Amino acid sequence: MLDKINFYQTGSNTVGNRLLNPAMRSIQASVDRPNSLISGHRACQGCGEALGARYAIDAAMRATNGQIMVVNATGCLEVFSTPYPESAWRLPWVHSLFGNTAAVGSGLAAAAKIRAMKNGDTNVPRIIAQGGDGGTTDIGFGPLSGMFERNDDVLYICYDNEAYMNTGVQRSSATPPAARTATTQLVGEHPGADWGRGKSVPLIAMAHGIPYVATATVADLRDLEAKVTRAMSFHGARYIQVLVPCPLGWGLKSNSTVTVARAAMESGFFPVFEAEYGKITSVRKIRQKQPVLNFLKMQRRYAHLTGKKADPNVVARLQALCDTNIKNFGLLGDDEPNGVPTAIQAYERSNRV
Amino acid sequence: MLRQIEGSLGVAQAVALCRPGVVCAYPISPQTHIVENVGKFVKTGALKDCDFLNVESEFSAISVAIGSAAGGCRTYTATASQGLLYMAEGIYSASGLGLPIVMTVASRAIGGPINIWNDHSDSLSQRDSGWLQLFCESNQDAVDTHIMAFKIAEKVGLPVMVCMDGFVLTHAFERLDIPSQEQIDEFLPPYEPREYLTTKEPVSIGAMVGPEAFTEVRFLQQRKMAKALKVIEEVTAEYRKLTGSKSGGLLECYNCENADLKLIIMGSTVGTAKDEIDRLKKEGINVGIISLKSFRPFPYEAMRQAIGDTKQVICLERAFSFGGRGIICPEVKRAMEGTNCDIKTAVCGLGGRAIYGTTINAMVKHALAGKFTEEFTWFDVDSNVLNSYTKNAEGVTFPEGPLGASQLEASVKHA
Amino acid sequence: MLQIRLHGRGGQGVVTAAEMLSLAAFLEGHFAQAFPSFGSERTGAPVVAYARIGEGEIRTHEPIQNPDVVIVQDKTLLGSVDVFGGLNPQGYAIINSKDPAEKVVPELVKMLPEGHVFTVPATDFAMQKIGKPLPGAPMLASLAAATDILKLESVQKSFQSRYPGKIGDANAETAALAYNYIKDSKKGGSNA
Repeated sequence: MLDKINFYQTGSNTVGNRLLNPAMRSIQASVDRPNSLISGHRACQGCGEALGARYAIDAAMRATNGQIMVVNATGCLEVFSTPYPESAWRLPWVHSLFGNTAAVGSGLAAAAKIRAMKNGDTNVPRIIAQGGDGGTTDIGFGPLSGMFERNDDVLYICYDNEAYMNTGVQRSSATPPAARTATTQLVGEHPGADWGRGKSVPLIAMAHGIPYVATATVADLRDLEAKVTRAMSFHGARYIQVLVPCPLGWGLKSNSTVTVARAAMESGFFPVFEAEYGKITSVRKIRQKQPVLNFLKMQRRYAHLTGKKADPNVVARLQALCDTNIKNFGLLGDDEPNGVPTAIQAYERSNRV
Repeated sequence: MLRQIEGSLGVAQAVALCRPGVVCAYPISPQTHIVENVGKFVKTGALKDCDFLNVESEFSAISVAIGSAAGGCRTYTATASQGLLYMAEGIYSASGLGLPIVMTVASRAIGGPINIWNDHSDSLSQRDSGWLQLFCESNQDAVDTHIMAFKIAEKVGLPVMVCMDGFVLTHAFERLDIPSQEQIDEFLPPYEPREYLTTKEPVSIGAMVGPEAFTEVRFLQQRKMAKALKVIEEVTAEYRKLTGSKSGGLLECYNCENADLKLIIMGSTVGTAKDEIDRLKKEGINVGIISLKSFRPFPYEAMRQAIGDTKQVICLERAFSFGGRGIICPEVKRAMEGTNCDIKTAVCGLGGRAIYGTTINAMVKHALAGKFTEEFTWFDVDSNVLNSYTKNAEGVTFPEGPLGASQLEASVKHA
Repeated sequence: MLQIRLHGRGGQGVVTAAEMLSLAAFLEGHFAQAFPSFGSERTGAPVVAYARIGEGEIRTHEPIQNPDVVIVQDKTLLGSVDVFGGLNPQGYAIINSKDPAEKVVPELVKMLPEGHVFTVPATDFAMQKIGKPLPGAPMLASLAAATDILKLESVQKSFQSRYPGKIGDANAETAALAYNYIKDSKKGGSNA
């Protein structure tokens, strides 16, 4: 009966879902939620990564009946969750290095399988490796690709806040063009990060032909939960990249993390989709298309694009970038994705955006 | 069982006897034959319940090993030279996390210039990494030491590098006595980790430690090293009793009774030197050899006893510290502090330059003639090769024969 | 202790021959050791391998500078590599060639005691039985025949245990051809 009632929140932009059908509710709305990352950790106010990680890991815990072990890359998430002798993790958790997370995950998955085999245990714990965009798209990229090609039974989750936040907001290969970081400052003729740099790790992951690849944002946590749950239904290498705005690094008010993530999604700045075995299987459609300016104006890292001295050409280029994403991934209406999309950096490099 | 096989195959069989749960491999000469053979054993089913992973780099090899050991599996990998350096960050992580990984280092020079041949610059570059470093003088020693290494690592709670000379041992076909599976099963029971990642009892491993506890973490790590000295001796005694082998130990003395001079040597050169020492004995020259097996932990007390009241000691070193001097010699000096023992470094055998019996003979005679006047001597340097460069470039020439550090220093002053 | 140095070219099975020599000696109860000259030689490049046979534990790991026996698997090395360097004046030399030793290495024949230098058409034998230019087995069999340090059967068995089946058997047959060839020439037969 509840199914038929169209509550005002359904399909709206809010996170709350208390009035939804229980089956449709977020795991976090349940009193017996796993709460794998408990309160008391030292993340900043409004931390997108803490939010994303809590929802992702809890969803995985629920999908596997609590059989999750986590490998964490060096980074904010590791630092704020485990200040010795405390730990905010209520599941088996290990941190080794910045760049080796995927490989440690492979080793742990092998150990879990072999230990179960040796002990005649049919219950084999599942492995999640997680890290930020620096640890994933840059320094940990080789081991990540190795884990993918071996199809090791690991779900890798990249919490993408588009720069090295733990070390003080330096540019990574996930930093978008024109964004301010400590190593791409707002000085000179072309303030902020250069155009035509960077890579799309989700598309690279798909090119490995692994069972499951998805992107998500903390603006749609139920979508994130659904994707983690879907990922746990596969064995083999899986990859989810979650956009997690960083109030400190992006220059946001700490209460606007979710809002800005939504603007990234609704403007086409960050395409949200999922793919199985190299093919896109679903796209999270834009509900209320927003101009990229709405996304930019909330962030001090783009302050140079919204003030009086702003260069309208750069804003126009960023809008073209979003429009290309929308077309490429079929993010609007009944559009279908245009085959396997081309990395947006190709459009930048060929000056098509 | 006696077999005539390649050293690498012997080590692979030894590793298989230890029933590791995870083995990962990345190719680098001269360790490749070892992991190739282990991989074959896994594929044929000779080694059961073992996952063999072909990874994409040494950095991932050590990282897979870290994950596997943290997951409670007996874990093995192998590397050499550049590969060991590429692992370096993970090497420290593994020891800091107290993971009992066993890894072969098929010792090989480090480039540049690239060189694939044997010396000890790779393993000794990781001297301060917190791993136990056990050196092998023969392939039989390597076979036995690998088996002991698992037990030592698991008892101490630290990873172990088993260092065997690349090519000279790994590629040599020799008679090996391979213990039986029954013997090793008795010696090395299934691995029961004290703490590992399991959903049954969740723990966090590898938390961030700040200034309030880091010193204490390091103190406790050093304490494990101190414990390791005893464990190495205990495990060696147990293994020798079980198999009748003569391998392992902290160090081994050869012809050390009343020796006028003692040579301290690590690795395969020990065997070559033993033959030469026997020949010298017939000439009435009494030289002892101390085969240094455990470089980390360094057996200061055992070394002091082994040297005893011998007044002259030469450390044959196959690596050195740029801008410094020898690597073994300072340790031996520490062991002999407060005595009037004369301890010097003879560096030789770099990048695969062969150390012959004649090299040892010349070294002994050089020493007994009182010609080791400096702490550091380039013993087997070829002045023709040097001069072919320095004469034209700088007008500097070097005389034939061993060169002391002061000759090198003087050549810079006058150039 | 007997020290043997084997010369050949990459791809001719020189290293394998040294290993099989050590295995044959092991099978007869001797201590033995074999090792290659370590390098990154590619196919066709000069390759050296070493073997030692003794009655006690072989401890040394130095390369062999003064061999008691030199085996030359490829006679094209004779002009370019000092294959007989350091050879024991009472030692033996065995060269893979159809031509008589007096013609191939006249000076060496004069230098070493009579009957210590042999040639054997090992590649021809290998082509007959194995179908590939792998002269290792016939060269080792020639060594066995020339010096009597090993039995032919041990040489054959070493190859057959390393290469079970047809290849091992073909090597064994090739070995027999070479063994008989040298024995015949020692007796002053038609091969002498």
